[in-house]
Amino acid sequence: MDLTLSPSELAFRDELRAWLLANHPGREPVGDEAAFAFRRDWQRQLHAAGWAGVSWPTKYGGRGATLIEQAIYNEEVVRAKAPQAANVLGLAMGGPTVIAHGTEEQRRRYLQPILSAEEIWCQGFSEPDSGSDLASVKTRATRHGDEWVVTGQKVWTTFAHHAKWCMLVARTDSDAPKHKGLSYFLMDMDQEAVQVRPLVQITGEAEFNELFIEEARIPHENIIGGEGNGWAVAITTLMHERATLAFGLQVSAQIALNELIEKARSTRANGQPASEDPVIRQRLAQLLIEAEVLRLNAYRGLTAIMRDGVPGPEGSLGKWHWSEVSQSLTELAMEIAGPRAMLAEDEWTYRFLRARANSIEGGTTEILKNIVAERVLGLPRMR
Amino acid sequence: MNFDFNDDQRAIKRTAHDFLTARYPAATVRALAGDDRGFTDEQWNELAELGWTGLVVPEAEGGLGLGAVELVVIQEELGYALAPTPFFSSVAATLLLVAAGTEAQRERWLGPLASGEARGTIALWDEHGAWSPDQSEVEASGDTLTATKIAVADAAAADVLIVAAADGRHYLVEAADPGVRIEPERSLDPTRKLFKVALDGVAADSLALEPARIAHAYQTIVTALAAEIVGVAQHAMEMAVSYAGDRKQFDRPIGAYQAVSHRCSQMLLEVEGARSLAYWAGWALDHEPDAAARAASMAKAYASDAGFRVTASAMQVHGGIGFTWEHDLHFFLKRAEANAHAFGDARWHRDRVAELSGV
Repeated sequence: MDLTLSPSELAFRDELRAWLLANHPGREPVGDEAAFAFRRDWQRQLHAAGWAGVSWPTKYGGRGATLIEQAIYNEEVVRAKAPQAANVLGLAMGGPTVIAHGTEEQRRRYLQPILSAEEIWCQGFSEPDSGSDLASVKTRATRHGDEWVVTGQKVWTTFAHHAKWCMLVARTDSDAPKHKGLSYFLMDMDQEAVQVRPLVQITGEAEFNELFIEEARIPHENIIGGEGNGWAVAITTLMHERATLAFGLQVSAQIALNELIEKARSTRANGQPASEDPVIRQRLAQLLIEAEVLRLNAYRGLTAIMRDGVPGPEGSLGKWHWSEVSQSLTELAMEIAGPRAMLAEDEWTYRFLRARANSIEGGTTEILKNIVAERVLGLPRMR
Repeated sequence: MNFDFNDDQRAIKRTAHDFLTARYPAATVRALAGDDRGFTDEQWNELAELGWTGLVVPEAEGGLGLGAVELVVIQEELGYALAPTPFFSSVAATLLLVAAGTEAQRERWLGPLASGEARGTIALWDEHGAWSPDQSEVEASGDTLTATKIAVADAAAADVLIVAAADGRHYLVEAADPGVRIEPERSLDPTRKLFKVALDGVAADSLALEPARIAHAYQTIVTALAAEIVGVAQHAMEMAVSYAGDRKQFDRPIGAYQAVSHRCSQMLLEVEGARSLAYWAGWALDHEPDAAARAASMAKAYASDAGFRVTASAMQVHGGIGFTWEHDLHFFLKRAEANAHAFGDARWHRDRVAELSGV
């Protein structure tokens, strides 16, 4: 066991930390368009310095970082409170999927513009009637010569209005069993047949969109991983989503927790700082412990991947556990806030509301528990 | 960065697992639970022959001089087997002597403790004293000590008692002293025997007043106990998963129902969390002493809760059969719950975490 970083890992961290400190662009502007332009500029800056696509192989323009370095990268970026890169879905999910399942020609075509933020990517997986049961998607693609004609509806599509490419899962064979009849397309968003409507969420913002697709055209060469192979390709995308998220998530939990402790110290409740209240101290301590578990499990998961090539049992627990930590953290913040919890302008009120989605987005807690029960513990399938 | 045990540690783990599962099948554990002494000389000698009794004693003083990580490895396996043995009590006393024993005390006791010829235990809790493990009110008068301690684990098997007193002081008392009276108490966990120890003017030989070294010893003790809980919880979880796969109701294995399977997933979440913290605390004790106090308290707080919750949840999965004396599960629940309260419960350790984190 050695929980310290090697000299080369330390050097990687220090170089990145110094770069982030010197190049941090400051606070993100308010407003969707301005914020997006800001993130796009930031990604160009990252790319120019070789900090975009750190996990990608160098021959595709990435940095070829080791797993540990990727973990360090995700930790440092969150720690520095650096902005998100504009093309986060392309970098974390789309690119790795094209690298894993694309042809050499597709790799040459799509990867470079992802890194440079020239072409933004979005994800068209979920549908109104297909949430957790992704394989049941109804969006249909019918082949006409060298083209596919696509009709259907997608939902929870982040960045759809900025995106050039949509990772679209559609049914290409309605006679095949549901997991077998799917294909994974790259759909050009720049066509009349694709309409984007913002989806206003309980916080009042619209991070997500609905996608209405009415006979959109996709060239046959835009299928990734071959016709009928969409399920396997989609799983690759989702695995990249969960694996790379874990590190950023645990650091963001640590940061939020530090802010909450600060808030507990500075908030007076019943004539003393809220942090002196024994019940609140207990709950803060429990969150500190849980956040530590998140960090340790993320590293244990990494060790397992390096040893066995696949994530160990801890890997499936990270996102589920993080959502619980994130939610209880904001619930405690509301308690500490006292009467101010009723005021919507409080930053923590926003976080409290936003955290409700944590146990739903990127795999509901119930689905994750099913995965743990069936694939890790080997319990009988529920179906 | 590597969260894996090294080859030596893996070998220790494998040996411990194979040895303990062979020596402590459920029937043996049950028999020892019902026995007043609770272990046999043969069983003790075997542990000593493996070198475990000398694990934490420096090589120069007759031990193996290994670290907290190795102790964590063995403790986890002892918990998994639910082995009834005075091992942990004796190691705990040994750790305090290694940390703060005077030269004479070390010379007299470390060799025999390391070889297994002698056994020790810690007498921590005052009879009517504070609920917190670091607040004994016992005071020596000159060279003698009069006090009553409760819930002293494995006292009848011990040759030497380390008695906690006021202001962080500790005294070495020989069990053979005529002023020592040891009476069995009925323990919640029948696989670890507890005793009331009455000291009446016994010779009290003070350990050195080394607060930092003594604190490190206690951190090692709670980490080892947390690791033991991990093993206990792991085993209870395996029993629940296996039962949920076999037991059929309404024509399906009950593990196919999400009300049951999600309960099992929750067990895994807590077992793995407790394991990560215990391993980390063990590592910190050996390699990053500044982080050890916080890590050890985190490990013990989390394991104390997880141990009870996982074993209780396993009982729920088993339904009525799990509530019977005949089924083995109650031994796991009782060990987990008793351990939760030994050397500071979850609440006490969370308080420490808050303090050490600057809350």
